[in-house]
Amino acid sequence: MKSAVVLLPGLNRDRDMIAALTKISGQAPATVWQTDTEIPDVDLIAIPGGFSFGDYLRCGAIAARMPVMRAVAEKAAKGVMVIGVCNGFQILVEAGLLPGALMRNASLKFVCRQVKLQVANANTMFTRRYKPGQIIRSPVAHHDGNYFADAETLARLEGEGQVVFRYAEGTNPNGSINDIAGIVNDKGNVLGLMPHPENLIEAAHGGSDGRALFEGALGIAT
Amino acid sequence: MKARITVTLKNGVLDPQGKAIEHALAGLGFDGIGSVRQGKVFDVELTGTDKAKAEADLKAMCDKLLANTVIENYAVEIA
Repeated sequence: MKSAVVLLPGLNRDRDMIAALTKISGQAPATVWQTDTEIPDVDLIAIPGGFSFGDYLRCGAIAARMPVMRAVAEKAAKGVMVIGVCNGFQILVEAGLLPGALMRNASLKFVCRQVKLQVANANTMFTRRYKPGQIIRSPVAHHDGNYFADAETLARLEGEGQVVFRYAEGTNPNGSINDIAGIVNDKGNVLGLMPHPENLIEAAHGGSDGRALFEGALGIAT
Repeated sequence: MKARITVTLKNGVLDPQGKAIEHALAGLGFDGIGSVRQGKVFDVELTGTDKAKAEADLKAMCDKLLANTVIENYAVEIA
């Protein structure tokens, strides 16, 4: 299964994402730059974390309006899987590929620690290798992960099973509404999440709870 | 032509930064503060002279980039 990683100035988790995808899929992902208008034929497009454009204006706002994101939107519309992690999640909501917004953490502090996530929907391409309700570990590192959506959007997300990861009870690091850590779009092929599954894929990371996400998405046998 | 765009959070959207500022002001001894909400101001200088076009352009700028209309309102003022 082929993958591609989107590169933008100010991202700093791109190397982690490339390393994770290379290790798990056995082949290096293609890379696409912010000004690219075409993305090669791949099964999964990943938008890594970091601080694209210095978080100027709003996190992800400027990145979301770069030419490469039009190409990502076209691929997503054709059913290609897209995963946005951390800043990548912020970029996806700013680009309108996912609903809602990510606001400053309720504590106003940058949080960098490990949290527990509950798999709220194990029936997506990204979570099919987890069990429903399974608790997994994942690192988080962000200043703006406080997910917000209006009541109507929230009811739709909850009703349609689009909330796929929640911070397990007592571990919500950012004040996110309904403890939301990750959501998918209505078609289920675009995932955004604040935690970093790519940073927990092998023993050297202290655990491999994030590995099943990529294995599921890429259809790789465990 | 000079314009000022003010972007504020919508009612009902939590504003932890505004809350922190509110507490800091109370800490400085300012009493009688009901609440504080913070926002952003953009001063934009336009080279054209057509006010109607400027207003339409500025609104488009807000919708496309300057405001996130999921959580923010904006107001456009042309001097």
